[in-house]
Amino acid sequence: MQEALIFDSVRTVRGKGKSSGALHTARPVWLAKTVLEALAKRNRLDTSKIDDVIFGCVTQAAEQGQNIAKISALYAGYSHLVSGFTLNRFCASGLEAINQAATAVMGGYYDMVVAGGVESMSRVPMLSDGGAWSVDPDVANKAAFVPQGISADLIATLNGFSRRDVDSFAMQSHARATKAWEEKRFQKSILTVTDVNGHVLLERDEMVRPDTTLEGLAGLKPSFEDLGVKFGFDSLAIQRYPTVEKINHVHHAGNSSGIVDGAAAVLVASREAGENMGLKPRAKIRAMALTCEEPTIMLTGPVSASRKALAKAKMKMSDIDLIEINEAFASVVLYFMQECGADHAKVNVNGGAIAMGHPLGATGAMILGTALDELERRDLATALITLCIGGGMGVATIIERV
Amino acid sequence: MIQYEKTTENIAILTLDNPKLATNVVNDEFLTALDSHVKRAWTDSSVMGLIIRSAKNDFLAGGDLEALLKVTQMQDVLTLVRKLHATFLALENAGKPVVAAIAGAALGGGLELALACHRRLCLKTEKIQIGLPEVTLGLLPGGGGTQRLPRLIGIQPAVEMMTTGQKVNPEKALKMGLVHELFENADHMVAAAKKWIGEAAAAKDKDGKPQPVQQPWLDKKFKIPGGGVQSPGAYQVFAASNAMAAEKTFNNYPAPRAILSCVYEGLQLPFEAALEVEAEYFAQMVVHPVAKNMIRTLFFGVNEANKGGARPKGVAAQPTQKLGVLGAGMMGSGIAYVAAKAGIPVVLKDVSLAAAEKGKSYSAKISDGLIEKKRLTVEQKEKLLQFITATDDAKAVAECDLIIETVIEDRKIKAQVTRESEAVCAASAIVASNTSTLPITGLAEASKRPENFIGIHFFSPVDKMPLVEIIVGKKTSDTAIAKALDFVRAIKKTPIVVNDGRGFYTSRVFMTYVQEGIALLKEGVQPALIENAGRMAGMPVGPLAVADEVSLDLMYHILKQTVDDVGAKHVDQNALQVSKLFVEELKRLGRKSGGGFYEYPLSGKKFLWPKLKEFFNPAKIQPPVREVEQRLLAVQAFEAKKCLDEGILRSKTDGDVGSVMGWGFPAYTGGALSYIDFIGEREFAKQSERFKK
Repeated sequence: MQEALIFDSVRTVRGKGKSSGALHTARPVWLAKTVLEALAKRNRLDTSKIDDVIFGCVTQAAEQGQNIAKISALYAGYSHLVSGFTLNRFCASGLEAINQAATAVMGGYYDMVVAGGVESMSRVPMLSDGGAWSVDPDVANKAAFVPQGISADLIATLNGFSRRDVDSFAMQSHARATKAWEEKRFQKSILTVTDVNGHVLLERDEMVRPDTTLEGLAGLKPSFEDLGVKFGFDSLAIQRYPTVEKINHVHHAGNSSGIVDGAAAVLVASREAGENMGLKPRAKIRAMALTCEEPTIMLTGPVSASRKALAKAKMKMSDIDLIEINEAFASVVLYFMQECGADHAKVNVNGGAIAMGHPLGATGAMILGTALDELERRDLATALITLCIGGGMGVATIIERV
Repeated sequence: MIQYEKTTENIAILTLDNPKLATNVVNDEFLTALDSHVKRAWTDSSVMGLIIRSAKNDFLAGGDLEALLKVTQMQDVLTLVRKLHATFLALENAGKPVVAAIAGAALGGGLELALACHRRLCLKTEKIQIGLPEVTLGLLPGGGGTQRLPRLIGIQPAVEMMTTGQKVNPEKALKMGLVHELFENADHMVAAAKKWIGEAAAAKDKDGKPQPVQQPWLDKKFKIPGGGVQSPGAYQVFAASNAMAAEKTFNNYPAPRAILSCVYEGLQLPFEAALEVEAEYFAQMVVHPVAKNMIRTLFFGVNEANKGGARPKGVAAQPTQKLGVLGAGMMGSGIAYVAAKAGIPVVLKDVSLAAAEKGKSYSAKISDGLIEKKRLTVEQKEKLLQFITATDDAKAVAECDLIIETVIEDRKIKAQVTRESEAVCAASAIVASNTSTLPITGLAEASKRPENFIGIHFFSPVDKMPLVEIIVGKKTSDTAIAKALDFVRAIKKTPIVVNDGRGFYTSRVFMTYVQEGIALLKEGVQPALIENAGRMAGMPVGPLAVADEVSLDLMYHILKQTVDDVGAKHVDQNALQVSKLFVEELKRLGRKSGGGFYEYPLSGKKFLWPKLKEFFNPAKIQPPVREVEQRLLAVQAFEAKKCLDEGILRSKTDGDVGSVMGWGFPAYTGGALSYIDFIGEREFAKQSERFKK
């Protein structure tokens, strides 16, 4: 079995995912093209040697429909010999794309592959692809569907995370992201997004607020209380967790991941394929794991997935130098740190999705790139990347520098 | 069944008139008749349109529940509804205009027939009810209602109407778009129907060709009002409705979800395929034990009780001419109100005139609330209040032929007011006690005429609670039973008649729910789990919340009284210890003292007293919620069964009706006794093993 190696990673800056956001005029294929072009250009890739482009994209409707991975490869000027497929593992799609790429390289299906993700949440709104999960009455009932914010509040309730706990975490995310930008820690991977004439649309993550304070966060209204109380979702959560008297609604726009636009791409290949193209590997995929938990609490998957990945790698949490866990909601990360005994000093050291946003299909690939850049900057060896996922799933990947 | 008439204007009028029943209902016979008359009209080429009306007070009251209760095979249900669909489709798809002229209740199948017409006219009579209430009996609108209604008024209002079973008056129906026009009298309505048919039949399209009349949803350009299933608005409606249905039913009742599925699936299909989807879900519901339980208890059981099924034969009518109510507290004031509302003069007596007046003002308060909701006029309120005389004079009840005492649960005081009343009233007057626990036979000992003494147990709040428990003492006469029953009927409540015994039926069984909750707490089950399990089992509130409402000192008082009367081994020791702890040591008496098992903040919702865990240490391993739910229901069923075996209950139906209407035992089970059949004898034997002390 051949090793799956990571040769490079790039990501766009993230723009606010609304019509006033700086990347709203950039079509999703444009964002995808931006990362694909950059990856090919800076590595002088002979794209005809790339087997596949795998993109995560969650809302595969409208202009994100029709297998955006293949279409973006054509649009980016890749050889027509390159295939493409788009996958949806909800919020972990970007990491799933990398894991699929790595698995296929290990198994010999691919030699070289680009894996990543794209999501323009301002242009193709979340949930606009329909689906049965929350809508079809028979399905919603059997799946005990609740919105993720309710799940996040349930995690906080069950674990006694107070509003102050989650707000403090959010504040640190902004502080860390601010510092990371100041110190140009994202420099290696970051791509400015331009318009068709090369005029800059955005050159920094648009959502980061250096001036975030606890007092400011404390003033925000809980986002999921109305949903929970007026539309019955709290009751559904309590029916599954009947020792809970009342859901404590602690999450709001300021301590949940931001809605943004962005794309990312990672070059994964076998050693031989990389060397044939004169490339030097930066890291290898050491272990990958997928788990699924109870769907109402939904967001606890990173714990089991990380444990499973560590077991596969025959490692302990203390063997991991850096951890990137998607900041879907503050309680997800607090729960992960509590359960896995992960030190906050190692977790999301450059901030996360609360500060910079979570472009659904792309995030997994983005945070893997962030972890790799930071390992190199600090000259450390191993990192664990994990995300919570709709439906209760969790994905984790362990990388190690080579 | 249906009269056919062809008018001089060449309009066919079908008049619904079931010769066997007081109301028109949809059954096989009705459908056969309707089908033949529709065929007759449409094969007569001179007929240009059709009017459907009724000769009864109701337009059409809905499905034949007797038939639906009996049917056990899905195939039989499908055969019947397919016949209905074929008839309704034939009615609406002939290209000729059809008008429903609604002069009485159009409920369930009645509204569904009207929806299969092209135009609905209705009398402007406040009393007329229009709606699809099938869900309240565990069913769904199976006559095309789940398909025609949302196509007519939009997904959201249709879903709301069908999942709640809400009935509306003609004004509201007009606003919602259920009917097209309202009329002051039936002749004008029929005239307007004829006029519209004439116009519709003569309508030409822009090329001058005759334009056949059809349902709007058959138009190629038709769009569902407010957006179809695959629209952002509908996604939200469904997501929220799904969650709210689960919140409300705890998944104990399958019908609301089946209604949602009919709308969700059906509205994405061509009309006739959609009707098939509805038919299948309908068949599923009809044969479902929950629908059977609800129809049997909530419809037939309650009707039987309302009709006075337990009334002794051969006793002449015993109308109450004047009612005396002793004690103007919560219960007395409530009883005075419901009697006055029924037009019965009431003497409301308390120890002071101020207290009696305060009791009377309760009626004013309720009336004001109704006036605000436009359900009562100021004149009606004044008239109602005139029926109530507040007094502090014990002699004022002299002319009353029925006297109900509602004083505190203390034998001595009850004996005293009984004697005071009997001293002034006629020898034929019936004296009743509204006690909720004290045996009637014992209270009757204070009476000179124990044969005229009876228990009439109301539930609080009297104006809202539909049940009255009539308790027959050892010496109570048939005349007294008849008197009590006729009174309960006059105030439009549902009576059950039970024999005497401590706590009678309702209080006795109901208290086991609270006691089991307390037992669970003592075992270390987390309070939130107990309370959630109570609600998830289908009880209106958790057992600890109930204890707080009843108040712990009252509970303690009753338990002590029972110990005094019949000995310590006849009371629940957990409940005795815990109520003693709360009353004597913690001074937490329940809601009324601002704290019991719960805390009651001045603003905001009540929450479980955080210190409960100091007194009741939660066990490390908590039982599955299902097990707690089962215990909380099984304990009541076990006690109800004992009441039946001991002869406290005179019928199983009374036991079921009393449990559902008296204290909110979940209707999906059919009631506290039907629960045993619902889960099966063997399962019940298993669940109730632990209660056999």
